[in-house]
Amino acid sequence: MAEQGQRSPEPESGRLRYGLPLATLAIGFLIWDLIVRVNDIPAYTLPGPLLVFTTLIQDWRILGASLLVTLITTFEGFLAAAIGGIALAFLFNRSRIVEYSLYPYAVILQVTPVVAIAPLLLIYLPQQVAVVTCAWIVAFFPVLANTTLGLNSVDRNLKELFALYGASSEQTLWQLKLPSALPHILGGLRIAGGLSLIGAVVAEIAAGSAGAGSGLAYRIAESGYRLNIPRMFAALLLLSVAGIVIFMGLSLVSHLVLRRWHESALGKES
Amino acid sequence: MNSPSGPGAASAGSAVRLSSVTKSFPNSVHALGPFDLSIGAGEFVSLLGPSGCGKSTALRLIAGLTPPSSGRVEFTDASKVSGRRSIGFVFQEPTLMPWATVWDNVFLPLRLQRRSRAEASATIGKALESVGLSDFANVYPRELSGGMKMRVSLARALVTDPDILLMDEPFAALDEITRFRLNNDLLELWQRSRRTIVFVTHSVFESVYLSQRVVVMTPRPGRLAEEFAIAAPEPRGEEFRTSAAYVAHCRDVSQALARASAAKAA
Repeated sequence: MAEQGQRSPEPESGRLRYGLPLATLAIGFLIWDLIVRVNDIPAYTLPGPLLVFTTLIQDWRILGASLLVTLITTFEGFLAAAIGGIALAFLFNRSRIVEYSLYPYAVILQVTPVVAIAPLLLIYLPQQVAVVTCAWIVAFFPVLANTTLGLNSVDRNLKELFALYGASSEQTLWQLKLPSALPHILGGLRIAGGLSLIGAVVAEIAAGSAGAGSGLAYRIAESGYRLNIPRMFAALLLLSVAGIVIFMGLSLVSHLVLRRWHESALGKES
Repeated sequence: MNSPSGPGAASAGSAVRLSSVTKSFPNSVHALGPFDLSIGAGEFVSLLGPSGCGKSTALRLIAGLTPPSSGRVEFTDASKVSGRRSIGFVFQEPTLMPWATVWDNVFLPLRLQRRSRAEASATIGKALESVGLSDFANVYPRELSGGMKMRVSLARALVTDPDILLMDEPFAALDEITRFRLNNDLLELWQRSRRTIVFVTHSVFESVYLSQRVVVMTPRPGRLAEEFAIAAPEPRGEEFRTSAAYVAHCRDVSQALARASAAKAA
């Protein structure tokens, strides 16, 4: 065993990396199921994992449609955060005045809990716009902060080289600053993906209690009122899976973009 | 100034002249000067001095990367091509774009001049060939050794066919074997093309081996301490590196460097 581990540590650690979390999950489900069965807990208090899965399949038409609504909101918020965050970072990089004027407010927007802002936004904006705005508020700051960091970590000598060859500011932007900042931008986007889902859910909950909406978060709130606990769990499960898929998808994009040259994406195999 | 000054320099006409140039930084560090230096067209000059003596600053002043605090940096007509002087600069680090292949890194100066890839292709092929990297055009920098990265950096500096090549301790970070090989490559390149080269180093041996003239500088603020003409037969090679004349030159230059440092300390 030890000998094998020494000879080929990589496949071994790969198996552990994916095998162990799955084993933990299986054991968790087993314990959960046992607790429900042994204590004879009614489904409206705590449904067993099997019941959650069957509910997920039975209610798929409602839940699937809601999932789509939430995902679209998340995607719109993410897109707005990506474009807004990157553009703002480049603007800050260009102009000290703009940076000093606006940066504190970007921070304030970030540190104010979005749960507190959402009800206000719902008063002044159409509901769909308000929900997307919430997703944007939560997600844009990591993109802004990371892109700013990336733009500030451009190799000084390369910058001088560009100056030496008389590069225009446009050439410097596209051929030096953007590629230099790309690993940081992608890192920011990876965080923003998960956060925009959180923003969307928070806004949906706020909107749901105001009596509108059909996203997954609204389904959770609604099922709660109706004591349909299995469906609450099923919707929650869908949200988690959505979050995981978003994170993995963005990680994959990041890996594909950087794999030829950036340290973070270089496989351990080489 | 008080020792034999460059003979080859005057005859060929000067390419660049620094007249009582000084440089101070905003944090009130007086880095350089007043410093006077005239570099002949086609001359290989080394600036030699202890760390922090302002020799890199002098190079950056010539490159126009930073303006002098006082004094003038002048380029003579001999150094200008099509109205615009062209300079090649090699940093101490290879300073390659990690996201671009070797080919694209060498293409950069031409790309910034808005030349097309097709048009530049032959030039880049030649530049890569001159540093022996023709087979590595599509490789990313991370896959290269330190010496090979430096060669790419050199090819990039040469691709615009610059009138003057400025090198800032380019081989300082390399192992000795690689450094010797690149020294020979650089000499051969200079002997073939006779372009003006200003080479900053803190290695006495490197400066004597490579250059026609060694300029010894004082510690900060850097001034010209002494100059040595290295009259040695060309092409220089391993036999020069092991000759008595080479050793004698190295001893003279070392002593001058020690004198310059001691004068400052006293």
